[in-house]
Amino acid sequence: MSASEVELDGEKLKGIRDTGLDDATLHGYLSKTWKTPDGLYGWLATVDHKRIAHRYVVTAFLFLVLAGISALVMRFQLASPEAGRVGPDLYNQLFTMHGTTMMFLFAVPMMEGFAIYLVPLMIGSRNVAFPRLNAFSYWVYVSGGLMIWVAFAFNTGADAGWFSYVPLAGPEYGTGKRPDFWAQMVTYTEVSALAVAVEIIATVFKQRAPGMTLDRMPIYVWSALVMAFIILFAMPAVMVSSTMLILDRLVGTQFFNPASGGDVLLWQHLFWFFGHPEVYIIFIPATGFVSAILPAFVRRPVFGYLGIVLSLIGIGLLSFGLWVHHMFATGLPQLGESFFTASSMMIAIPSGIQIFCWIATIWGGRPALAVPFLFVLGFIVTFVIGGLTGVMVASVPLDLQVHDTYFVVAHLHYVLMGGAVFPLLGAVYYWFPKITGRMLGEQLGKWNFWLVFIGFNATFFPMHILGLQGMPRRVYTYPLESGWGGTNLFVSLCSLALAAGFGVLFLNVVLSLRRGRLAGDNPWGASTLEWATTSPPPSYNFPRIPVVDHREPLWKNAEVLPVAEGLRIDAREVMVGTVADAVPQIRQPSADNSIWPFLAAIAVGVAFLASIYTPWAVVWGSLPVAVTFIGWFWPQAIPEDEE
Amino acid sequence: MDKLRCAGGIGALAVLLSGCSQWQSALHPQGGGARAILGLIWLFTAVSVVVWVLVVMALAMAVLHRRRGQQAGEPLVMDRRREQNFFRVVVTAVAVTVAVLVGLTFASFLTGKSNAALNGEAFTIHLTGHQWWWEARYQLDGQSDIVTANEIHLPVDLPIRVELDSADVIHSFWVPSLAGKRDLIPGRPSAITLLVEKAGTYRGQCAEFCGYQHAHMAMTVVAESRSAFDTWVARQRLDALPPKVDEARRGQAAFLGTGCALCHTIRGTPAAGAVGPDLTHLASRGSLAADTLPLTRGALAAWIADPQSIKPGARMPSIALSADDLNAVVAYLEGLQ
Amino acid sequence: MKHRAVANISRLPTYDFGASTPMWWGTLAFIALEATGFALAIGAYLYLASVSPQWPIAAPPPDLFPGTAILVVLIISVVPNHMVEQWARRQDLAKVRVGMIVMSAVGFLPLLLRIWEFAALEIRWDQNAYGSIIWFIVGLHTTHLLTDVGDTVVLAVLMFTDKGNTGRRFSDVADNAFYWDFVVASWVVLYFVIYWFPRM
Ligand code: HEA
Ligand code: HEA
Ligand code: HEC
Ligand code: CUA
Ligand SMILES: [Cu+2]
Repeated sequence: MSASEVELDGEKLKGIRDTGLDDATLHGYLSKTWKTPDGLYGWLATVDHKRIAHRYVVTAFLFLVLAGISALVMRFQLASPEAGRVGPDLYNQLFTMHGTTMMFLFAVPMMEGFAIYLVPLMIGSRNVAFPRLNAFSYWVYVSGGLMIWVAFAFNTGADAGWFSYVPLAGPEYGTGKRPDFWAQMVTYTEVSALAVAVEIIATVFKQRAPGMTLDRMPIYVWSALVMAFIILFAMPAVMVSSTMLILDRLVGTQFFNPASGGDVLLWQHLFWFFGHPEVYIIFIPATGFVSAILPAFVRRPVFGYLGIVLSLIGIGLLSFGLWVHHMFATGLPQLGESFFTASSMMIAIPSGIQIFCWIATIWGGRPALAVPFLFVLGFIVTFVIGGLTGVMVASVPLDLQVHDTYFVVAHLHYVLMGGAVFPLLGAVYYWFPKITGRMLGEQLGKWNFWLVFIGFNATFFPMHILGLQGMPRRVYTYPLESGWGGTNLFVSLCSLALAAGFGVLFLNVVLSLRRGRLAGDNPWGASTLEWATTSPPPSYNFPRIPVVDHREPLWKNAEVLPVAEGLRIDAREVMVGTVADAVPQIRQPSADNSIWPFLAAIAVGVAFLASIYTPWAVVWGSLPVAVTFIGWFWPQAIPEDEE
Repeated sequence: MDKLRCAGGIGALAVLLSGCSQWQSALHPQGGGARAILGLIWLFTAVSVVVWVLVVMALAMAVLHRRRGQQAGEPLVMDRRREQNFFRVVVTAVAVTVAVLVGLTFASFLTGKSNAALNGEAFTIHLTGHQWWWEARYQLDGQSDIVTANEIHLPVDLPIRVELDSADVIHSFWVPSLAGKRDLIPGRPSAITLLVEKAGTYRGQCAEFCGYQHAHMAMTVVAESRSAFDTWVARQRLDALPPKVDEARRGQAAFLGTGCALCHTIRGTPAAGAVGPDLTHLASRGSLAADTLPLTRGALAAWIADPQSIKPGARMPSIALSADDLNAVVAYLEGLQ
Repeated sequence: MKHRAVANISRLPTYDFGASTPMWWGTLAFIALEATGFALAIGAYLYLASVSPQWPIAAPPPDLFPGTAILVVLIISVVPNHMVEQWARRQDLAKVRVGMIVMSAVGFLPLLLRIWEFAALEIRWDQNAYGSIIWFIVGLHTTHLLTDVGDTVVLAVLMFTDKGNTGRRFSDVADNAFYWDFVVASWVVLYFVIYWFPRM
């Protein structure tokens, strides 16, 4: 490109800029610059955050189906007492795969996927801060998921529960390679989650549209930021513990062996130091969905912006102070007990603030009962039940009765399904038009909602009672005399209705992709920046970078969008600004497509996988890893380097 | 419903029962700890129901209440006064939340404290968790200890210290009608105190996932009057009676000859294995293999013939015995009162 | 939507140093998460020490010499490291080239000493939990050394190619120096835990 110079006030500037170009020319340049090549190569090499996010979401839904089917098989076995449909060996693998998949391969990546999709659009940027890291994170995630499910298919599925307590998962009692696959899968998902966290933090801090000061940032973006910080400080704990587990199993270290000075509770402390924040990694962005969806359907901003943002941060901080509430039955000094009871209950305060603010928002608005809004209502109704049972199990004496029973199973599904999946389904209905350009069917949507809502409550509410009646969790069968048979049968039948609800969702998606009503840019009349561009957004997100002067930019400027000009359009550039006030500082080049992240992920993946069989894999595996990383970071002769 | 369940329980534990047996449930407390906790459960439940009803009512009214003077579709114009009212309501709700939480924390603390205050133990039972059965050793008064498995007897109204330890992985001791649970952690012995109010048979079940047969790791707690308990103790102290009939004698020989003795102890015989449960007074127990089967002749035969199909993965192999030997062994074991 | 231009950012630079770049924040985030990992490893060390009746278990405290030598080398390396950073900020290619060679060499030194240090720990990783945790901590730090030295070498090579003389490369050099400071600082803490805690 020889004519790549423009003049501004008599000064010559390198590169072609968007200044003063008409829309068609601009589109021509930008779509060429930000293009993902066609074909397999492009598919593997793309660094477009939307494509990668899309994959995250689709893959996470596939894992939901796998984990959901595992749950249905468990429910089939538990439908009657002393049933012999599924033996203990398979059952133990099933609930472990179910829990592990739901937590590590469905819920967290789903939330990451949405964040990767939405954050750059909501803050008015062209891509995330580290696009190649983003691509890498996906490939690592998917290889971890594939690995553990392929192992399961070969009857090597993890079978020690989603928190793999030692010694059961340790070298002596953990049979075969099962716990190794579990531990390595955790390593993969951490690497990918940490990568996403780093890139969300850098993106939110540095790439917000000019004028989007921190207090004009959409609440959803706040929630993604808090999620990223929780990942950053929580995931290393499970990284440390799963590495120790692998080392104990493979090279004979003694971390968890009491006979050699090790300690089995060390595992529990490290795991729950991660495991508790983990549930808020899932819950916080889900509340972000709620705060993003509500305004569009009640036609007013969320009440109590500051209160909600502080609550998010508060939950994030508090979540690191209560891991021990998963270990009450191990026995603690009374004082310690009270501390963890109090800190666990305290988390009800920021959660309560959010609930109250949302109710005030609805009260002060003009609600329209569209499907996304229904899911928000369903969320509040069910999540509060789960939150309240959370407060119950936070009480030490009370927990000593219900710990490790179906009461806890009920709690965790109420908060995970009620608190995270309902907002998630709302989010699917809400952003589907943005992502695909078509609306999801309203009628099927209502069916979807009611089936899931009723199916969910009918499936999981009776579990509270089962728990109080003494039914432990993780049992593959129970005696006839227990009297739990009827309730379990009811639960199992209702879980079919719940599954059907998900079935309707998938049906709706498939039908709407082809026949859905066209959405247009802003079908809900929403206020945030992602609705300022076309649906689906072009590869470069925005023809020009929006300038923000209000918390609800599209309500303030309904017709004409203020924008900033001056980015290069013949090379990938994003705008970088100050952390607090988003004052433009740099025109930062943004990485182009590259196959290297994919190759690096393969190299890393193979090294991890092989290390299950020989520790030396870490040594010889580091060579290809090094090569691919050098290839990744080696600068190309790209136009950005001209300046 | 309860009657029905009792009937089931009686069927299973027919040998022992004097009173009604209770299926394990936190809702039917018969011990100090469990009773206090049930009170706490009802308190928390009541508060939760009230909170939930209030939240859902507020939500319903927010959705349904009538609005005036608003243009459909357009973003609403905020009204300062109204927003301030919302602010006041939200702050009040948060204040109430804080107060409720403080109250609940306090109630929980008091219950925990009163449960922890239980002591003055009469004697100690040392309970060891194995994959997937319970080993119990009594330390009574310095005389020879009692060793038994899967069924412990207690006198009513006396606080008993139960020391907990594990031989392999983590298990959890939980008899819902009597007290909250406590983990058995390898390398970290611990203890709880039980106080049973009423004579009866209570079921307990391992609550921490411990592998294949976690589902079949139950136990029975028999609480009885002091005199009944003393009788039981006296009998448990004795060595096994020598078999009286021919068949049983052949059974003993088979037991000692086919490897059973490698794993099981029968005091008074050369059998001194320590891998499986002590069988010295097997027939005095109400059930088999950690409450997997009732203790009947048929069940015993089935268990010995093929433990792996009854409790897959159990640490007892299926040993090939001729039909004759099997019957003889069963006859012998049945006599171990 | 229609657009209305209200700002022009044409004249902004395409690179900068330190906290104004996303890369610096990314590096900081990685430092934060790795520091958390170190902190948890130290937590595990202290936890194991607190549950064990004796500490170190069945071994004398590690021999001070190699670990201290590494400490000294690392602390001294901070000086050239900061000089390189300054030169990078001034975009002085010749000096940065020299500096990067020096830093690569300085990076290898502690790695060599490490080989010796593992032997001087006086215990194997599989002997008991004490051995496991100190090998774990030293191993964790070694991987940080290794990756940063690898990074430094690659960057040093880059500075000698035609791609070296660009602002963004200098910015990378500065970020690399930032990360090295973290590697040094973390050893100061770990050193005291491994070598002095058992002597207290
Ligand atoms: C999204 C996930 C999520 C969320 C949000 C929560 C939220 C909470 N959880 Fe839960 N929890 C899990 C996921 C989650 N949990 C999982 C997966 C497990 C099981 C892990 C396993 O063992 O497999 C678990 C287990 C678990 C335990 C251990 C139980 C046991 O194993 O015995 C405890 C104990 O304290 C607990 C407490 C809490 C508390 C106090 C909250 C609070 O944050 C809830 C706060 C919210 C509210 C209270 C409702 C809204 C507030 C109001 C309307 C205000 C008014 C309220 C009052 C006046 C009280 N949780
Ligand atoms: C986000 C997290 C999440 C979600 C969404 C779910 C969803 C479900 N869970 Fe799960 N669950 C956990 C997280 C989750 N769970 C965790 C962490 C544990 C603890 C594990 C452990 O102890 O280690 C657990 C444990 C657990 C248990 C206890 C097992 C035990 O202790 O023995 C049970 C038992 O009923 C259960 C059931 C279900 C059911 C029926 C669903 C349903 O909601 C699933 C519905 C979804 C589908 C069915 C798939 C999609 C549907 C279709 C594609 C339609 C068409 C298909 C068919 C009709 C086949 N779960
Ligand atoms: C390899 C060790 C081993 C051998 C050999 C063995 N057992 Fe067992 N046995 C066990 C274990 C372990 C259990 C506990 C199983 C459980 O409940 O999970 C057990 C349980 C039992 C029980 C039930 C005890 C109770 O308290 O409920 C009986 C009865 C029994 N065995 C009889 C026999 C007989 C008869 C033989 C020989 C034919 C035999 N065992 C051989 C290990 C063994
Ligand atoms: Cu023992 Cu579960
Ligand atoms: Cu928790």
